Amino acid sequence: MSTTTRTDILVIGAGPVGLFAVFELGLLDLKCHLIDILDRPGGQCAELYPEKPIYDIPAWPSITAQGLVDKLMEQIEPFGPTFTFNRMVAGLERLEDGSFRVTTDEGEIFEAKAIVIAAGGGSFQPKRPPIPGIEEYEGTSVFYSVRRMEDFRDHDILIVGGGDSALDWTLNLQPLARRLTLVHRRAEFRAAPDSVNRMFALHEEEKIAFQIGQVSGLKGEGGKLQAAIVKGPHGEVEIPCTRLLPFFGLTMKLGPIADWGLNLHENLVPVDTEKFQTSEPGIFAVGDINWYPGKLKLILSGFHEVALMAQAAKRHISPGERIVFQYTTSSTSLQKKLGVAG
Amino acid sequence: MTKITIIAFDGTPFNLDAENGSTVMENAIRNGVPGIEAECGGACACATCHVYVDEAWTGEVGEPEPMEEDMLDFAYEVQPNSRLSCQIKVRDELDGLIVRVPERQG
Repeated sequence: MSTTTRTDILVIGAGPVGLFAVFELGLLDLKCHLIDILDRPGGQCAELYPEKPIYDIPAWPSITAQGLVDKLMEQIEPFGPTFTFNRMVAGLERLEDGSFRVTTDEGEIFEAKAIVIAAGGGSFQPKRPPIPGIEEYEGTSVFYSVRRMEDFRDHDILIVGGGDSALDWTLNLQPLARRLTLVHRRAEFRAAPDSVNRMFALHEEEKIAFQIGQVSGLKGEGGKLQAAIVKGPHGEVEIPCTRLLPFFGLTMKLGPIADWGLNLHENLVPVDTEKFQTSEPGIFAVGDINWYPGKLKLILSGFHEVALMAQAAKRHISPGERIVFQYTTSSTSLQKKLGVAG
Repeated sequence: MTKITIIAFDGTPFNLDAENGSTVMENAIRNGVPGIEAECGGACACATCHVYVDEAWTGEVGEPEPMEEDMLDFAYEVQPNSRLSCQIKVRDELDGLIVRVPERQG
């Protein structure tokens, strides 16, 4: 039985804007739980360009993307946000009392009084390599991750890629594979040197095959893969295989949120610029995922959006309650929440 | 201004006046060249601005840095003249540069 996690606000996406939403909502006494498909907070900042400096964060002439994430985590710490990582939201339903129930791809259940979609460019998902006809083998012979190693036992496995995922799974699946071939377009790898050495050692011992090249076609029928055609430096070779694991990095897709019945505008979620609310009352959208006339996809704009959204979310959850506008510089009640009251 | 030509996959040439110091990707996006996606916005983090450098220009354009070479692993139909256009900076010596957009960006 899945247990249900209850929170005031469920924030979908733990990028910079989702994180700062915790702060603004926290000042209004709303507790947040965040869900992200990545294994850590920071979104694109952490996944795509952690070392890159950002120059347009007010009062930070230059700060690295990871530095910004670290500072945001420090800033929201007093509000004790909780996180669920490595999960994608799947289903949404509105309960009788007006609150929401959200389920993840792994079946966890969350209930919240309001939802904040801060999903940026969408959820990071494995990139499908541009191999003609690959779709018909997906889920039967072609997999983008290994959920159960047993599903690969005694198979002829072909792994494609040169990063840590490709190398790790080469090492982990080799003992149970009937035969394992690693295909990469060059002899250099962008993976942990130790993994690369171990892979080459297995290759020396002829426990795996390593082929330089790029997969250009697949052979098989009825979703059952039989072989892959690999274009290498010496022409095409056919490699028999019944399991294919391509590791071509991540791309961003809107994902199941697209099926939640919200109005969409070219894969973005339209909101009004007073509440940053979607077409569904109680569901808000902030940051790169939303759209309104004049929208700029800036972290800066996302920060502004969450401040206004928090006010609207508070009113949605506690209609009629008076919200006193206060400054963190002078309000003892806000300072208490931040743990800095004298 | 330096003249560069980006040829879309369908053969349409885009003859552009590019500012020195700007990247080929930025010029492609600014001028709506189809097939250059630049999902990450030029951080050398996505391999969706892949181009083929015309054979006559590969020497002057030069080889990719290791980080770019790593990202090229994620591109489609990588060839010896493959580069990520966000990593090619326009300069005087590249006046007349020709690059071609691949069939798809992975």
